[in-house]
This record gives sequence, structure tokens and C-alpha cells, in this order.
Amino acid sequence: MWFFALPALAINVALILIPALLTVALAFCTWDGFSAPVFVGFANFQAMFADRVFWIALGNNLKWTLIFLTVPIAIGLVAATLLLMIKRGRTLFQIVYFIPVVVATAITARVWQGMIYNPNTGVFGLLSRFGIELSDPLAQTHSALYGIAVVDLWHWWGFLAVIFLAALRQVPAEMVEAARLDGAGFFGLMRYILIPAIAPTIKLMMVMTVIWSFLVFDFVYILTQGGPAYSSEVLSTLAYRNAFFEFDLGRAAAVALVIALFGLTATFAYVRLQSKEGVN
Amino acid sequence: MIGSRWSRLVSYVVLVLGALFALGPLLLMLLNAFKATPEIILSPLSWPAELNWSNFTRAWDDARLGETMLNSAKVTAMTIGLVLTTGAGAAYVLARRKIKPWKAVSAYFLATTTAPIQLFLFPLYFGFARLGLINNPVAVSFVYCAMFSPFAIMLLRTYFIAIPKELEEAANLDGANAWQVFSKVMLPIVSPGLLTVALIIGLYCWNEFLIASTFLQSKDQMTAVVSFTLLSGKYTSDWGQIMAAAMIIVLPILMLFLLLQRHFIDGMAGGSTKG
Repeated sequence: MWFFALPALAINVALILIPALLTVALAFCTWDGFSAPVFVGFANFQAMFADRVFWIALGNNLKWTLIFLTVPIAIGLVAATLLLMIKRGRTLFQIVYFIPVVVATAITARVWQGMIYNPNTGVFGLLSRFGIELSDPLAQTHSALYGIAVVDLWHWWGFLAVIFLAALRQVPAEMVEAARLDGAGFFGLMRYILIPAIAPTIKLMMVMTVIWSFLVFDFVYILTQGGPAYSSEVLSTLAYRNAFFEFDLGRAAAVALVIALFGLTATFAYVRLQSKEGVN
Repeated sequence: MIGSRWSRLVSYVVLVLGALFALGPLLLMLLNAFKATPEIILSPLSWPAELNWSNFTRAWDDARLGETMLNSAKVTAMTIGLVLTTGAGAAYVLARRKIKPWKAVSAYFLATTTAPIQLFLFPLYFGFARLGLINNPVAVSFVYCAMFSPFAIMLLRTYFIAIPKELEEAANLDGANAWQVFSKVMLPIVSPGLLTVALIIGLYCWNEFLIASTFLQSKDQMTAVVSFTLLSGKYTSDWGQIMAAAMIIVLPILMLFLLLQRHFIDGMAGGSTKG
């Protein structure tokens, strides 16, 4: 029966596993992409650790992870709980909340850049003219990362709301009803009944959040290219710049390994969670 | 208190605010796609004074949306075909545990769904460059297949698991071989799953930016999303035109989503939570 699985496996091994292993080897070489790679030991890592921008990028990834572990998950949980409470319009709200998920990242980025943040053509510019001082967050070093995070948040929270609602619907209605009769308020119900009941789903989403937070690329690359002054640089954009603008493939590979290290740790947790839940 | 009329009202108010947040930026896209720049600067929130279609014609020409959307459609169609033909078999084998290391293979696929693109991108790019595969849409569809098929396999697997084993056994007793069982008995039953996978993979390919912008840079192979990002200059941008281009690119996706939203939502939610 191997031949059923072989084509998919072969494509995956050839285009992901083998290049990934080559990346590991490349991290210990210097290579411009064209001439022969030269083994340099840990020099790439030493240079990377000595690079100020690497630490900015790593810090930004960690900030990003913290933001996305809290804000969208909280919003998603509240929205899902409210959707569980209402009787009419649940499907309609779900569809509306999911629309930003299907819009291309490039389009989402440009809409926010031009129509919301832009000081001339955006809503921020309009509000400033009415005396509400809002400057373009993408243009300033202290706010660029958060400006990008809001865009990704817009794109993302609906997905979590829908996932959490699907999990909440599995909670026995009698449990919710009993809590209601006991006079539980909205947050009491969430805190003592609903969140514990869907804890496995929340945990899984948190693990995925850690993984995805280290993969974030599109929004940063399109909105700021990591700027201004590297203030919104993340590891994935740093690796990309090392590779395709500086042709320093060894450095790029070293940064990629750091991304993978965080991803791998979370992936182990993910695989263990999955097998624990007994899905087979 | 929950369940009272008052709390229901508050629930609806909050949910409507959420809906406005989700739709707001898209409404801005729609409104301003019909305005000339001075009108946008006056107010991005205003209703267009007149329906100005010139943004759309200029967007169509400048982003060469006729050609680039065709390029996107080609890569998308090839990827869907590849993922379905290679993924269905793998999903079947893993669902029925037909191979001994099914657990290890499943774990491998699960792990690659979370692999950072940068972990394989650089050797892949320069390897492809050496082989002359840059600006080659077929090569890109193979990359997409490698990236997206683990997700497809995990999702399709759940559809195969749901099929009663007796159906297969009956077909075996009738003398069908493995291939006939798979193609004549199993595949038709999982066809809703195949449609779901096709839609989601199609969405991913149509929207994909990083691989497309790296591997398909030549004018005649560029995808619509990449061509769209090139519309804005560093200092000046014609935002009316950009919003019009955005509308044209997002419209087919939105229509498909609204028509078949159950498939999209259940598939994307199911594939990432059920594994």
C-alpha cells in the first residue's frame, strides 16, 4: 500500500525535508548562493549573536507571541461565548467574522496602510484634521510593530472565534443551563464552566499561536520591511533580507534555525497534545 | 444575569461592534475604489460623489490583472490537482493504517505543517535557480503542494476514518483490488472532503505572497497578489486605483466564500484542530 502514500511523501521530502537539512548544514558555512559553500564552523552564529538587529528581531517575535497569546484569544473567547448565548444570527455573525481570514494578506496590508493609517488618505489623517491627533503608527519606531500587530489581529481573531464556538457547542447544554439557574454572570460562566470545558482547544490554539508568531512575515514585509530603523524587524524578515538582499546565505540559515528552534519546541508540544487527545 | 432581555441586548451590541470591526476596512476598500485621490483625501469615509470606474480600468491595466490573475489561476489549479491526486491516497493509507509506520508518517506530516518557510526556502531557491526552475509556475505548484498537502492529508484523513470498514470489506469480497476499492468505493464517498480541500488549497494559493514573490518575479509569470503589491510606490500611491485592484482580486474569493462558507469554515477549523 506504500504507493498510495509515496507521491505525497516524496514531494514533501524533496522540497521540504531535504532543503531543511541543507539549511542546517548551510548555517555552518558561508555561501553567496552561487560559488561553492565554505565551512566556517560557528562563525555565522557568532556574527548573528553580535548583531544588534538580531536581538531586536527576536525581541519583536517574543512581543508578538505575547500579544497574540492574549489579545486575539481573549477577543475570540468573548465573541464565541456571546455567539453561544444568542439564538438568532449566529451563522451570519460567524460568516462576517470569518471574512477577514479569507482576504489575502497583501490586500489586507494595503487597505490598512492606505485607508486607515495613512496621514493623508486614511481615517487616521481625517481624525487628525478633526483634532484627534493620531499619527501613522507604521512610521514611528516605537509603534510600528504594534501597528502591524493590529492588522494581523484584524485578520486573525475571527478564526479563533469560530474555532472556539465550535468547541463551545460541544459543552453539554445542561451544564450551561445549570450555571445560569445558579445565577452565574457572563464572566462567571466563562471562568468556571466554559473555559475549563474547552481547555484542550484553547491550549492547542496557544501552541499554534507560538508557532505562527515566529512565522509572521507577510504583514511585516509589506507594511514596513522591518523598519523604520529595524524597529519592526522580525526573524523571518531578517533571514529573508540576509538571503536575498545581502546574499549571506549562511547567516540567513542561522537565523532560520533560531526560528525553527522555537517552532520545533512548540511543535513537540503540539504533537503531544494531539496524541493525548486521542485523535487517530 | 444571563438570559435576561437586557443581557441579550448587550450581547447583540457587542457582536455587532465585532461585525463592524471585521467589515469596516473592507467597506473602506469598496468606497474608495470609486473615488479619485482628491476625494479620498477630503474624506476616506464619505460616499463617492459619483461611481468613478476609471480606477478599475487603470488598476486592470497597471497591475495587468488580466494576465496576472490568469497566472494565479494556473498555479492555483495545478496545485489543487497535485494536492488532491497525491494527498487523497496518503490520507487513505494513513486513515486505514495500511502501512506499518503510519504513526511516524502522520507525525512527520503534522510536523511539516508547522515548518517555517525560511527553514527550506533558501536552499530551495538557489537549487531551483541552478536547475532553471525560477519563474516556472509548475515548479511553484510543486512547492505549494509540499507546503499545503500535509494539511490536506490531515483533513482528508478524518473523512476516510468516518467511512465504515464494512464497505471496504464488501468490495474486497466482490474481488475488487486495492486500487479499485480506493478509486471506486472510497473516493466517491469522501468527495465532499475533496471539495473542501480544493477550496481551501485554492484560497491559500490565490492569496500566497512569500513564495510567489520570490519564485515568480518575471513579468509574464507574476501572480495577481504580487503584481498588486507593486502598485504602490514608496512615496506616492494612487490609493483609489490600489483599492480597485484589491476589489478585483478579492471578489472571486469573497463570492466563493459566501457561496460555500460551510466548506471553508469547517475545513479550516477542522484541519487545524482535529489534526
